[in-house]
Amino acid sequence: MTMAIEAFGVGRRYGRRWALTDCTLSIPAGRVVGLVGPNGAGKSTLLHLAVGLLEPSAGTISVLDQGARSGPSQLERIGFLAQDSPIYARLTVAQHVRMGQLLNRTWDAAFAASRIKNLGLDPSQRAGTMSGGQRAQLALTLAVAKRPELLVLDEPVAALDPLARREFLQTLMEIVAVEGVSVVLSSHLMADVERVCDYLVVLVAGRVALTGDVDELLALHHRLTGPRRDVARMPAHQLVIEQSHVDKQTTLIVRSQEPILDPVWNVTPVTLDDLALAYMRQARDSAGPSSNGLELAR
Amino acid sequence: MEFHLNPSSGVATYQQLVQQVHQALQLGLLEPGDQLPTAQQVVASLAINPNTVLKAYRDLEREGLVRPRPGMGTFVVGRLPRTDPAAQTRFRKSMSAWLRSARAAGLSAEEIEAIYRTALRDCSQEEIA
Repeated sequence: MTMAIEAFGVGRRYGRRWALTDCTLSIPAGRVVGLVGPNGAGKSTLLHLAVGLLEPSAGTISVLDQGARSGPSQLERIGFLAQDSPIYARLTVAQHVRMGQLLNRTWDAAFAASRIKNLGLDPSQRAGTMSGGQRAQLALTLAVAKRPELLVLDEPVAALDPLARREFLQTLMEIVAVEGVSVVLSSHLMADVERVCDYLVVLVAGRVALTGDVDELLALHHRLTGPRRDVARMPAHQLVIEQSHVDKQTTLIVRSQEPILDPVWNVTPVTLDDLALAYMRQARDSAGPSSNGLELAR
Repeated sequence: MEFHLNPSSGVATYQQLVQQVHQALQLGLLEPGDQLPTAQQVVASLAINPNTVLKAYRDLEREGLVRPRPGMGTFVVGRLPRTDPAAQTRFRKSMSAWLRSARAAGLSAEEIEAIYRTALRDCSQEEIA
């Protein structure tokens, strides 16, 4: 099976600070992967390593089964959209398309033209005068028109209003449905990730805290509410990810392959949001106050 | 048919799609021969992952309710037993009577809901056990 991104012990250092540490990951191709984590977790660093803009300080990373920096033919297989939808403010829509055509060996001019038309973009308009949503759509069109096998999107919708965000994701999902391209996108917006992604990677303080198929992860985790209980007395196959206790009540998020049958618990499903947050807190707390200055005010 | 999503339901998206097809079949809104929307259509309207739609359609296919015709789309081939309307009425009546007596005993709507959920859960666990 082709792997979209495969990393073994990857680390990246800026000066003395490690932005990414011992990152080991296998993300299958054909998925829409959501990369989430707090600011400074190393999301952009990981994406820049994947597209070959950065070289790892440790470990190896391959993309679509090839070394991430193995040369120009590898770059053709990847479409990358950096944060804030980079476009040239003074160039028109048509000039952007022309530039894409000149700079890429593979270029689907018919796709670009029909996309621009469907989006209702005026070819003679300068990009600098377009709305944020239009700029994002233009940038996405350029990234897809080179016919990549993998699209890497760094916070593609962060700056967009809710309507533009929804429209951008509709376009993106339609492209995935029609072209079968793999996608890795980073986002802070869990509601969007929950909608569009079928694979989740949670990155905290430069390390992978959780990774897996979204439906499997949701089926594996449960929220338990019940009378106050010491978590040390939980069965061994129920791994407690998060716990909170008030006077008489205990609320847990547990990971368990088996159904929770103990009748004292009220068992409810968790959302992807709950899950990602629980793993972020757990990773932050276990990392201790010394790592990356992520101190806990307690 | 048109799908919609309830993001806060805690039900996986593909299951929501499956349930909506089930409901449409039970209500007679979908019948054998009808075509389900293509993955591309669902994706373009809901902004969800196409794999999610395909997963829902595969589940429905496994249940014998739909069948893909290559190059044409996914079509309804099965029926779901529609609950006997008389039985529905009978149970609604006995439930109304129960609710009135619970209200008369001073139970609040929330308490009644909690009792209903607990009883439902007990029942489904008896079925599993």
